[in-house]
Amino acid sequence: MSSIELTFREGWGRAVATLTRVLGDLTLAEDAVQDAFTIALERWPRDGPPDRPSAWIIATARNRAIDRLRRERTFARKAELLARLEALPTEEEDVSSIPDDRLALVFMCCHPALAAEGRVALTLREVAGLTTTEIAHAFLVSEPAMAQRLVRAKRKIRAAGIPFRVPPDHMLPERMQSVLAVLYLVFNEGYSASGGAEHVRADLCEEAIRLAKLLALLMPDEPEALGLLALMLLQDGRREARRGPNGELVLLDEQDRARWNQARIAEGTRVLEPALSRRAAGPYQLQAAIAALHSQAPRPDDTDWAQIAALYGELARRQASPVVELNRAVAVAMADGPAAGLALLDRIELDGYHLLHAARADLLRRLERTGEAAAEYRAALRLEMNAAERAFLERRLSQLA
Amino acid sequence: MKYAALLTNDADAVAAWEQMTPGEAQAARAVEVPKWEALYGELGPSGMLGFSVELDSPTTAKTVRVRDGETTVTDGPFAETKEQIGGVMVLECEDLDTAIGIAVKIPVALTASVELRPIVGS
Repeated sequence: MSSIELTFREGWGRAVATLTRVLGDLTLAEDAVQDAFTIALERWPRDGPPDRPSAWIIATARNRAIDRLRRERTFARKAELLARLEALPTEEEDVSSIPDDRLALVFMCCHPALAAEGRVALTLREVAGLTTTEIAHAFLVSEPAMAQRLVRAKRKIRAAGIPFRVPPDHMLPERMQSVLAVLYLVFNEGYSASGGAEHVRADLCEEAIRLAKLLALLMPDEPEALGLLALMLLQDGRREARRGPNGELVLLDEQDRARWNQARIAEGTRVLEPALSRRAAGPYQLQAAIAALHSQAPRPDDTDWAQIAALYGELARRQASPVVELNRAVAVAMADGPAAGLALLDRIELDGYHLLHAARADLLRRLERTGEAAAEYRAALRLEMNAAERAFLERRLSQLA
Repeated sequence: MKYAALLTNDADAVAAWEQMTPGEAQAARAVEVPKWEALYGELGPSGMLGFSVELDSPTTAKTVRVRDGETTVTDGPFAETKEQIGGVMVLECEDLDTAIGIAVKIPVALTASVELRPIVGS
């Protein structure tokens, strides 16, 4: 990414947020900011970037919004909006006094009244500054379909009266969950690779991390925001090692740990420590702590499985779900032996989930109950999964014979 | 903005009401009424509550349709569902979050649901 592109990304969300606050309309704001970036694309390569690119963008977007409004003959509230725009500082130097409104923008884009896919797309477009084309590529949908998704979401914001502000305290915990979930969805779309080119996926992980850093910066007292950032960094540190030479999935215990990105992992651990010291461990911090324990083991045999099993137990108490129970059972199997894990797996009801069958198959294999293991691998393979997972399970099944 | 809050009741609860003796119904009302008075007491001074009505039981509903110039009137609500509209309130508030903040205080939100719909053109 060139320095101009980077400045674009950084400046976009800030400018859209400021203009949305002033204009009370996301679409008008986005149009004005888009104009400002178009002008920047003409001028910056020729004249060199301004000293303060983000401030330049806001000042230019303000001027463009004023021009656009003046040309409108019949726009309701025209005089009021013009007055509010004109109250914004005109000089780049004064823009730093404008408050950072990006947090309000994040909460608006992640409002639970919007469809989940709309929240994700809108956050990437408005806060992260990705283009519609980029988002369409990342989510493997056509560009017109993604444009339509964004238009629908923006229309809904206006029609339903979704506010541009940070929610009041009594709504904050619930809304925070939605924001964290949206950012984690972006990350997982990049990390889990259900398809698409590898570099597109990696970019999506980068964007999710950048958004999580922004959220942690804007909400320094929210330990779960730090927890999510730490979780992403720690998982991303292992991303390269998760793929074999032919793109196949490589599980944790078979990964070449020399390929782990130690700088990323160290960064994740650094972020997690102050969050945990607040003693308000939520699901993201617990998952990050689990990821950190995996990352600290130089070899698979050095993994502190007892501690990981305890953390999954804690996670299950806060966020009871069959998937968490499945992970706990796997950790218990590692700490106390496959029979103990299998006993826990037998209590989980999760029809049609291939990973449950895969986990049962693995424990049965280790107990040398080969016939039952093969049946479980076959049961897993009858279900839906991505190509890398399928190749892995087929390989395991063939090794049984 | 204006929002219509469509208040629903649980169909089983409505059926139970229908079975009550006058004495039982009165006792049940005595429990319900203070909750609504508290809500109106809080909303009234805010100026956010507009038009508000309670509807009679769905068993009293008549559904009217005209097809090819022919009118049919059927007994009962247009759809038999688990939750049925029992009242309508018009809320005038700044934004959706304010409307949600009111909706969670409407007693039926605890037992059935409140559907919020923006009123077009408001």
